[in-house]
Amino acid sequence: MTTATPIRSQLPQGDGNPGQGQGPGRVGAGVFDPVQLWRSLPDALRKLDPRVMVKSPVMFVVEIGSVLTTVFAFDTPGQWFGWAIAVWLWLTVIFANLAEAVAEGRGKAQADTLRKAKTDTVARRLVGDAEEQVPGTDLRIGDLVVCEAGDVIPGDGDVVEGVASVDESAITGESAPVIRESGGDRSAVTGGTKVLSDRIVVKITTRPGETFIDRMIGLVEGAARQKTPNEIALNILLASLTVVFLLAVVTLQPFAIYAHAEQTMIVLVALLVCLIPTTIGALLSAIGIAGMDRLVQRNVLAMSGRAVEAAGDVSTLLLDKTGTITLGNRQAAAFVPVPGTTAAELADAAQMSSLADETPEGRSVVVLAKEKFGLRERHQGELAGAEWVPFTAQTRMSGVDVDGRKVRKGATGSVVAWVHERGGTVPADAQRLTDEISQAGGTPLLVAVEDASGARVLGVIHLKDVVKEGMRERFDELRRMGIRTVMITGDNPLTAKAIADEAGVDDFLAEATPEDKMALIRREQAGGKLVAMTGDGTNDAPALAQADVGVAMNTGTSAAKEAGNMVDLDSNPTKLIEIVEIGKQLLITRGALTTFSIANDVAKYFAIIPAMFAVAYPGLDKLNVMHLHSPQSAILSAIIFNALIIVALVPLALRGVRYRPMSADRMLRRNLAIYGVGGLIAPFLGIKLIDLLITLIPGIR
Amino acid sequence: MSSISADALQVLALIVALALAYRPLGDYMAAVYSSKEHLRAERWIYRCVGADPDREMRWPAYLRGVLAFSLVSVLFLYLLQRVQNHLPGSLGFAAVTPQQAFNTAASFVTNTNWQSYSGESTMGHVVQTGGLAVQNFVSAAVGIAVAIALVRGFARSRTGELGNFWADLVRTTVRILLPLAFLAAIVLVACGAIENFGNWHDVTTLSGAHQGMPVGGVASQESIKELGTNGGGFFNANSAHPFENPSAFTNLFEIFLILVIPFSLTRTFGRMVGSIKQGYAILAAMGIIWLGFVVLMSWTEYAHPGAALQAAHAAMEGKEQRFGVGSSSLFATSTTLTSTGAVDAFHSSFTAFGGGLTLLSMMLGEIAPGGTGSGLYGMLIMAVIAVFIAGLMVGRTPEYLGKKIGGREIKFAACYILITPAVALVFTAIAMALPTPVHSALNPGAHGFSEVLYAYTSAANNNGSAFAGLNANTDWFNTTTGIATLLGRFLPMVFVLALAGSLGQQQPVPVGAGTLRTEKPLFAALLVGAVLIITGLTYFPALALGPIAEGLS
Repeated sequence: MTTATPIRSQLPQGDGNPGQGQGPGRVGAGVFDPVQLWRSLPDALRKLDPRVMVKSPVMFVVEIGSVLTTVFAFDTPGQWFGWAIAVWLWLTVIFANLAEAVAEGRGKAQADTLRKAKTDTVARRLVGDAEEQVPGTDLRIGDLVVCEAGDVIPGDGDVVEGVASVDESAITGESAPVIRESGGDRSAVTGGTKVLSDRIVVKITTRPGETFIDRMIGLVEGAARQKTPNEIALNILLASLTVVFLLAVVTLQPFAIYAHAEQTMIVLVALLVCLIPTTIGALLSAIGIAGMDRLVQRNVLAMSGRAVEAAGDVSTLLLDKTGTITLGNRQAAAFVPVPGTTAAELADAAQMSSLADETPEGRSVVVLAKEKFGLRERHQGELAGAEWVPFTAQTRMSGVDVDGRKVRKGATGSVVAWVHERGGTVPADAQRLTDEISQAGGTPLLVAVEDASGARVLGVIHLKDVVKEGMRERFDELRRMGIRTVMITGDNPLTAKAIADEAGVDDFLAEATPEDKMALIRREQAGGKLVAMTGDGTNDAPALAQADVGVAMNTGTSAAKEAGNMVDLDSNPTKLIEIVEIGKQLLITRGALTTFSIANDVAKYFAIIPAMFAVAYPGLDKLNVMHLHSPQSAILSAIIFNALIIVALVPLALRGVRYRPMSADRMLRRNLAIYGVGGLIAPFLGIKLIDLLITLIPGIR
Repeated sequence: MSSISADALQVLALIVALALAYRPLGDYMAAVYSSKEHLRAERWIYRCVGADPDREMRWPAYLRGVLAFSLVSVLFLYLLQRVQNHLPGSLGFAAVTPQQAFNTAASFVTNTNWQSYSGESTMGHVVQTGGLAVQNFVSAAVGIAVAIALVRGFARSRTGELGNFWADLVRTTVRILLPLAFLAAIVLVACGAIENFGNWHDVTTLSGAHQGMPVGGVASQESIKELGTNGGGFFNANSAHPFENPSAFTNLFEIFLILVIPFSLTRTFGRMVGSIKQGYAILAAMGIIWLGFVVLMSWTEYAHPGAALQAAHAAMEGKEQRFGVGSSSLFATSTTLTSTGAVDAFHSSFTAFGGGLTLLSMMLGEIAPGGTGSGLYGMLIMAVIAVFIAGLMVGRTPEYLGKKIGGREIKFAACYILITPAVALVFTAIAMALPTPVHSALNPGAHGFSEVLYAYTSAANNNGSAFAGLNANTDWFNTTTGIATLLGRFLPMVFVLALAGSLGQQQPVPVGAGTLRTEKPLFAALLVGAVLIITGLTYFPALALGPIAEGLS
């Protein structure tokens, strides 16, 4: 992958089925390419400006140290040691800047792609009934503009008139056009997208320069990046550790003089740089940028880093049933005949009556008949003289009249009325069957026929919601992470409970109104919990704003997008789970590298302290457990290790520590073992190895 | 029985005694701070000082109480010493010099009890009993009060109120320290410690010479000296003096007194935050460090490489024959891991590594189990830091006892851990860089450096023990160690109370499967690691030039 890859090619064009996720540890990110380091070098050098460096207190101290060592290296010409330390200190600073530059570089490439979409447009503004041409940048909130096939929509807004298909690939990377229409929840259009057909009138809702695309560019470029609360807290801790070690080193000189082992400035600076937490200090901002970047790669735009961090803390997840937990539509699951009818007869009638029903429910009846009874799907043209009755929302029935036989299938009430009209009776069994299905959370459809023997009911089709594959496992994972899932549905409590049980969610909210949702969020928050939810409709907007993490679907209304603190360009509600994982991964990566950085200090002491004082107190040479070649090679090795470990950890910082859902205890144990114990041991090996290599250089004893 | 198994039994007996006291004392203290009732004596005190004990205080008000009370205490104690020659029962001693009076006042008010004087030849009865012993009570009570305020910060939510300083101070003194100290004094007297207000006792020694034997209210001062982790001895020889510490039993009993309140406070903490197990986790971290240091210390003292010492099977220099190596090691570890500073042997005469361990014990911040109150709040601050790093590693904004550890909390905790090393190291560095102070050191080289380092570490951490050998009664040391004790005591308290206020305002976060479990052994182990690495690493270069250089040569 190169930095110039447009975002669309990086998108997993998932269909929202979590079962097809990338398996455990799925929160990964783009592969790290060493070429990126080279390309980001100019940016890294530019960041050496002290005004920029001062924002990272740890690395600022290293930069001051680099300047000091350089000055002292000039002061003692002919000494390779001073120069070597100075060079490696500068490299330490540059490596840190490189990490940040590489992380930013990825965002810049994405911003460039977006900028191409933001070409200057000419808007067709409506003034009364007349139309006038104005530059897109002159549009104000409330202006009405006309867009026809081929026009680029000049700004964010809502469709107030008409229907059109719109190509939104510039933002979402999704090439299939989407429908945008006035009214309802699909009215929002985004500036920079292109109308493919028809004509719409758009009411502008944002000022130029503040459009969605503008904000997206700002976000991915990191221009709007502010330090998140947790990053600030960590920075304070790192700064105070830096001050502690600064004091420890500054006060060491009088002690050393008393011991007749006065140290040069170069050695003291080297000791200081080794002790202060440079590893995490160098990578901290890269970790934050990369975390946002991982979201962008998943086509999620977080309006603030704060929201990403909050995602890691979420303890309650509100998920809409339809489209998130279940497939969008109910499907036929069984044919239940009344006594006196065989299942095969019922299936045949059900299939016949559903051929003219193009709704997903109707299609699923045909599919089930084929699966269960091997009934080949007949096409409407095959039956001569057949009169088809298509399904409509008014009749709520579909069917066919053929060979003097009338077959109907539809909602219980409609079919019962149809049978009664034709003088037939509905057996009590049919009523019982429909009640049973309703109670089990399904939807019953009656099948009836009128032929020579009169009108009668044949049986019931059991329609049910189909829970997406893999959801139960996903919710189990979430439970292990300590996150409670609540299913939100407009269904009645019975239906809701049946699906909730099947999907394995912890709780459900049935017959939910926007007010209910809001109340639920408030209740959870009053107990100190953080709540995440997705939403798309205008009536979701208050709840999205109230939730700690509100992910608006890009297909949703602009009110919803405005209210949420994230927008999912793929409009895939399941992504909330990934967002939570990315939030957690961001924090884990910071914690792991902080632990690693602090644990590293132990080995560095064992390298540097004997090197500094073994001359004055020969006994201290016993601390030289690594048997480093000479005092100078020992100090240099520690400094080189300190610099190289930053580069070595850049991929980890960008990719994030591998995250698997597990309990906090297990996760702590695992990360402590890897980054704590590993951080103790790794530098002993690394410094020894570097020392061995240094001694191979001719001219150095 | 070999001396090592005797030592092990002694440690075991101590642990059993502490364990027996743990629940009743911890629960009793929790009840004291949760009670709404006032004793009649307490009401009388409140009326005298004009305090309303039922008024809840936010952290600034609580801090003002702490500082105002301590300032008045310093001034009072200073004046008392300065006018000593006019007081009754002064035994003819002159007024204490200004520098020494300042040093002593600062030192006793801060629970340090660094003594640059010999008690028996400087202070009369009024100053000893009416000034110093009183501070032994109230300075300990101030420490406990601040710790309780922090615990309330964890326990309470959506309020910045931390309790009432005056009520906490008075209750600690009246209901906890006075009764316990009274009982302990009785035990000490029964075991041979002296208690009287007589004049110097003239005795005829075996060789027929006449010698003046100083006497006084020793047992009463001794009991609170240990119980309040004060450490200021009636006699210069401190707990090595047979009038203060007559037998091996009283020695063990005094160690018990030193440790009992700091350890039991973890139970109080657990009770007050509503989870006994959280208290156990803090207790475990304290206990592991304490036991580890006891074992290390005994080992270094027994396994000394010197030829003479090996012949004696142990390093006996500077140790009391009555106590031996094991008891002395146990006492030295317990006194430096708390902010006591009482000694029954001379730390300067320990082996290099043994002396280094006493230094390191103080450098850890005296949190295992630490001073009365100060140990608990010190360890809780370290727990906040440990939770912050560990909490990140489980992928959540770190939280401890349901309270989020964010920028504000970390700022206060980070400032806290910064202060003591800063005070100790900067003062030591200045002393080493100046030409005069170094002359106070008795020994040259690494050991001489250790003496100075020890003095400021002891002062900054409010320990009060000294690496004997350093002549601390100079204007320089009296002034600087006095300032160091004040900075090392009150600046951290500012941040502890600010942290308590910040925590108390928060709404608690419920515990879930994703929450870091701070009551588990893993967290206790992590806490020990954090203490050793973060504070230990700060002092490693200094230690390398002192005890480590001496020990490895």
